[in-house]
Amino acid sequence: MTAPTRPTRERRAGELTPRELGRWLWRQLTSMRTALILLLMLALASVPGSIIPQEGVDSVKTSRWQNDHPDLTPIYEKLGLFSVYDSAWFSAIYILLMVSLVGCIIPRTFHYLRAIRAAPPAAPRNLTRLPDHASYETSETVDDVLTRARAALRDRGYRLRPAEDGSDAVSAERGYLREVGNLLFHLSVVVVLVGFAMGGLFGYRGGVILVEGSTFTNNLTQYDDFEPGKLFAAEKMGAFSFTFDKFDVEWQATPSRGVMARAFNADLTYRETPDSPEETYDLRVNHPLSIGDTDVFLIGHGYAPVITITDGNGVTIFSGPVPFLPQDQTFLSFGVVKAPDSETGQIGLEGLFYPTFEFLEGNPVTVYPNDLKPLVSMLVYTGDLGLETSAQSVFALDKTNATQVMQDNGKPLRLDLDLGESATLPDGLGTVSFDGVKPWTRIQLSQTPGKRIALVGVVLALVGLLGSLFIRPRRVWVRARRSGDVTIVEVAALDRSGGGDVVPVLEELVTELQAHQGKENA
Amino acid sequence: MTDAAWETLSDQAVAAAGVVYFLALLAHLVEWASLRETGGEGDGGADLPPVRRQRVAMFGRLGLLLTALACAVHFVSLLGRGLAADPNRVPWGNMYEFTLSGTFVVTLMYLVLYRKFSLAWMAPLILAFVLSTLMVAVIWLHSEVTPLTEALNSYWLVIHVVSAVIATGAFTIGGILSAVYLVKDRRGDATSGPWARVPSQAILDRVSYRIHAFGFPVWTFAVLITGPIWAHEAWSSYWNWDPKEVWAFITWVVYAAYLHARSTAGWKGRNAAIVALVGLATLWFNFVGINFFSTNSQHSYAEGAPAFVVEP
Ligand code: HEM
Repeated sequence: MTAPTRPTRERRAGELTPRELGRWLWRQLTSMRTALILLLMLALASVPGSIIPQEGVDSVKTSRWQNDHPDLTPIYEKLGLFSVYDSAWFSAIYILLMVSLVGCIIPRTFHYLRAIRAAPPAAPRNLTRLPDHASYETSETVDDVLTRARAALRDRGYRLRPAEDGSDAVSAERGYLREVGNLLFHLSVVVVLVGFAMGGLFGYRGGVILVEGSTFTNNLTQYDDFEPGKLFAAEKMGAFSFTFDKFDVEWQATPSRGVMARAFNADLTYRETPDSPEETYDLRVNHPLSIGDTDVFLIGHGYAPVITITDGNGVTIFSGPVPFLPQDQTFLSFGVVKAPDSETGQIGLEGLFYPTFEFLEGNPVTVYPNDLKPLVSMLVYTGDLGLETSAQSVFALDKTNATQVMQDNGKPLRLDLDLGESATLPDGLGTVSFDGVKPWTRIQLSQTPGKRIALVGVVLALVGLLGSLFIRPRRVWVRARRSGDVTIVEVAALDRSGGGDVVPVLEELVTELQAHQGKENA
Repeated sequence: MTDAAWETLSDQAVAAAGVVYFLALLAHLVEWASLRETGGEGDGGADLPPVRRQRVAMFGRLGLLLTALACAVHFVSLLGRGLAADPNRVPWGNMYEFTLSGTFVVTLMYLVLYRKFSLAWMAPLILAFVLSTLMVAVIWLHSEVTPLTEALNSYWLVIHVVSAVIATGAFTIGGILSAVYLVKDRRGDATSGPWARVPSQAILDRVSYRIHAFGFPVWTFAVLITGPIWAHEAWSSYWNWDPKEVWAFITWVVYAAYLHARSTAGWKGRNAAIVALVGLATLWFNFVGINFFSTNSQHSYAEGAPAFVVEP
């Protein structure tokens, strides 16, 4: 667009007053072309987040990536590439898009309100100039033709221009709802965004690993991980609790992928508040439990071998189930056991759990993912395991200052314990026994306020879209003229959606008008 | 019939469908070859000698018939996949099956729209596409029938994937039309020979738009309604910015841009067609690229789908 050239004494040509500049910017921003370019930019801006691991999606993978790429990490961090979808530049694009959208719909709404009250426009002077037109001759009078054309068009749902004296043409229009659909669609996009933003700002997501038989009380300290939205208020958390009573899983043999787990089922007993009655629920994948505003999901499971460790004096210093993390579909699982400090030295175990094992050249391998013949295979550490320092992951052993326990032959000691077996550690450190296996489940809890708003928004958007895409607005004109002793009838139709094909419409209308003539003649 | 028998039947049906598609393609190639040399004016070649014209019509009909037959056999192969699984399920549990379903939808949609949009001229393109995609599926993607992993085991999967497959089929046909539009943009119209049979740019643009306009709401339904509902039930969050979701969103945005482009001065026609092809590229990339190259997608269709394994 060129700047206004209206010369005024005070300013040079091409200079804009702030007001004009503002208006110009606004017009640019709300133009269709800008919307189009912003849409393409939004698509482009979404790409990096699918390639670079995202903090909000998978923080473990992200930190692993960051460790592997020490040179790129600071640069990426500055650019917000580890959390693309709430970075400033990504937000800028969609906020601009929304502003453009609102700036676009408001005037269009007014425009539409005017259009809906207006009568269809008068017929153009020369109908045969329109791309789609037809004409025929008839012996009927002009009035008969026009009256019947009116009736035929009204039957087809057209709105007619009120008849004017001396007019030789009928003007008709239909498809007014297309614009409503379009406005509804664009408005709903805003609604969806509002709902989506509410979930991100006011909601939270957290997870916890629970061993069969344990109880979860919904407060912050009980979560293993917790990701609140920026405006999340802890008072919004429900005062519920639940006990994970029992876990069932079915194992099914498949030809190519071996045995696969299916039909996981965690039996829960829960109370909505401390004083409400106890209820039960079978928590399954795809069947979350809703307690008030909080949804509870079953998203993973694994094995927790029950390990007992005694120290050199025979005092039991650790006993209980320890969740191990599955490494793959065979449920070969990794875990660590940390016994608290005792007089005879610290003990830490790190190793693998095999649900059903077999020895192959002296090393265990997993055969099935179900726990038919379990084994734990652990390396032993002592010395300073940093057990007193807080904030340690329960899935990692701090070995920086630790010493590994060796066999007499100088090789690392590996305890391979069958179910029920126990082993004595060298140097009077103590004993380790593998007493049982308990299942654990990973439960995810989340609050997503605004999810219904978002859902209603998309559904309305879809309805609007259907209207916008499939209602075909068109105008039809019929003009009849007397020429000698015949009447020349011209019919023209105009598609206003850019996608319609009006030729069939035209043909059908002409056929009907003509058929009538045939009947009368006969 | 046993599950194994159904699976064998499915594999045989795919092979048979491939052969029939190939025969259909041959029939159409003969049809098109007959349009050559002497000028074939417009649709069907009105100024060809009568014998030639008859040959064109006959092979055209034969091709159509064979395509319909191939489509039916193709359907049997899908049925076999579904019945071979225990418990029975929809035949789109992995990439091989998704490809099988997707190509089936392309053929079916072509047949359904054949008359409405006079698509006869597209036959060789559609058949070549379906045939080569099927070949890729059989050679590289084939896998045995397995039960669905737990997270996929939901009726939302049925609705979600059905709509995604249908939209993919529609966008594919729309994309082929836009591509032909662009070729026409460079080569211009011809008055004789096979090229003259290809409709005008105005028609290509309109038909392409109509098919995209069908695909877009279906895609919206698939990725922005049923996808999130299902994700909410299975993974506890309706939108995770998972790579697969991101690319589905990108595709959606690009097609919204296409619809805008069609009614923006300066973007109509050529640029709009380019945007449509970009949309198709993102769609296919999502299917092929993300499945194979991305390791951090929960939609792991490609390999063993450990959707139920926890990260620490
Ligand atoms: C979030 C961003 C947007 C999305 C997803 C979006 C999506 C769409 C879609 C899918 C259509 C097609 C409907 C049809 O062809 O009738 C459409 C049409 C339209 N959009 Fe948008 N739009 C967005 C933003 C905007 C903005 C910012 C403007 C204003 C500048 C705008 C103006 C229009 C207009 C005027 C039409 C009607 C075109 C026609 O009549 O064919 N849109 N939009």
